[in-house]
Amino acid sequence: MRYVLLFVETEQFEQDLAALSLDDRARAYELAGKWFADHADKIGGGSKLQGPHTATTVRLDRGAEPLITDGPFVEGKEVVSGYCEIDVADLDEALRLVSSWPGCPVVEIRPIEPGL
Amino acid sequence: MSEGEPRGQLAKVVREHASRVAAALVQLTGDFATAEDLVQDAIEKALRRWPTDGIPERPDAWLYTVARNRGLDIIRRSANYRAKLTEVELVPPEPEDRLRLIFTCCHPALPRPAQVALTLRVVCGLTAAQIARAFLVPQATVEQRIGRAKRKITDAGIPYRIPDPDELARRLNEVLAVIYLLFNEGYLATGERADSPELADDADWIAALLHTLMPTEPEVAGLLALIRLHRARAASRFTPDGSLVLLADQDRSCWDREAIADATRLLVRAAKQKQPGPYQLQAAIVACHAEAASWQETDWEQIVLLYDMLLCLAPSPVTRLHRAIALRYAASPQAALAEIDELADALDRYYLFHAARAELLRAVGRSEEARGADRRGLELTSNPAERAVLRRRLSSATAAGVTIARQR
Repeated sequence: MRYVLLFVETEQFEQDLAALSLDDRARAYELAGKWFADHADKIGGGSKLQGPHTATTVRLDRGAEPLITDGPFVEGKEVVSGYCEIDVADLDEALRLVSSWPGCPVVEIRPIEPGL
Repeated sequence: MSEGEPRGQLAKVVREHASRVAAALVQLTGDFATAEDLVQDAIEKALRRWPTDGIPERPDAWLYTVARNRGLDIIRRSANYRAKLTEVELVPPEPEDRLRLIFTCCHPALPRPAQVALTLRVVCGLTAAQIARAFLVPQATVEQRIGRAKRKITDAGIPYRIPDPDELARRLNEVLAVIYLLFNEGYLATGERADSPELADDADWIAALLHTLMPTEPEVAGLLALIRLHRARAASRFTPDGSLVLLADQDRSCWDREAIADATRLLVRAAKQKQPGPYQLQAAIVACHAEAASWQETDWEQIVLLYDMLLCLAPSPVTRLHRAIALRYAASPQAALAEIDELADALDRYYLFHAARAELLRAVGRSEEARGADRRGLELTSNPAERAVLRRRLSSATAAGVTIARQR
């Protein structure tokens, strides 16, 4: 079954990461890279996203003209920072995989609509 | 039995067989949601027919046949299913099948209220109407919860299997939490009624089933012992007119000594495995109370020790509160009050904190503050039995010597 993992960063996580020494930060990235390598057989496409300051949201339900606003669609302390697709047997296997993720503190697991 | 009546003999028969039939049908169709629908239809039909036709000799076979025929009606489109369903007669499911059912209903990806509703429906064979009555919520709410949960099981790929060994402990905790919540809801409901004995009975039944299916899990035995120890004292918890009797004042000759001895034996056997856990420790605390000849002769030192162990495994301000209450008798009211005052921030919204504090204040002669604490407690609980106890204390000028703390 295919799922998308949405990686979510928090303000606290961002601050903690910024406070690390260069070496420690490199080590943190290395751990995340190793996680992707270890599970390469289950992971399909995906990317890290640029920061929330680069986001633009378009709302099409606010009258005749699309409403264009600066920033991510949810204003808040948690922002989606990346995504990847995984192919595993079931939700339990997805949960197991995500439990070992060494990076950002929140991950949403969302099944992909079948037949698309 | 009509839908408006309490669950009786009939429902007990249904409960005994519903999960067997559900497990067999999931096994057969490989589809949890469909199987659940079929069983539910069969149960509704049984509740209509059995009161006039009588309970069949083999209720499980009856339910299974009705569910299977209904399945054939619904899924005529699918030749594959049809062939499967026509061929197979009911075979008693393996213990693993019923365990799978329980673990799926209590999957951590489902919200707690849905886990509870689904467990009652699938494992105990309750109808949505019965669940709604037990929890004092509209039937539509229960149906919605169950519907959403079943859709999530199917759409999100929640598996129908027993968790892997490295996951088992955590997932079992989830199941135990659901059962314990059911029990608590039944034993001392937060709603308008003081208690709902049928839910306590369901919780007892599932815990016993789980213990049969997983006889070597000490925490399962611990939870079963905990439930049985509480229920052994149920007869003395209320006066005939329905008001709550505190543990200190209960007539201990009404306690079911045989049940207490059985539960204690169960607990001792579990403890031999040397894997202490929160349920075993809570059961051990209740056992200390159950075995004491009187309130005064209770082994308070042992109880404080058990709370210390419990706090090591599962730190919680509510557990600290209970420890402090025991400390009053193991040490002194002053020592207990000092402990309790440290919990003011964490437990300000909890009625028992104020009720227990009121008693300690009264014990050290600060009666005006005690009345203030009782009043605050009264604001915080809607349980009629608890409210009555606090009102009695507030209205009696020399209320002393009673304790609300160990009522449960």
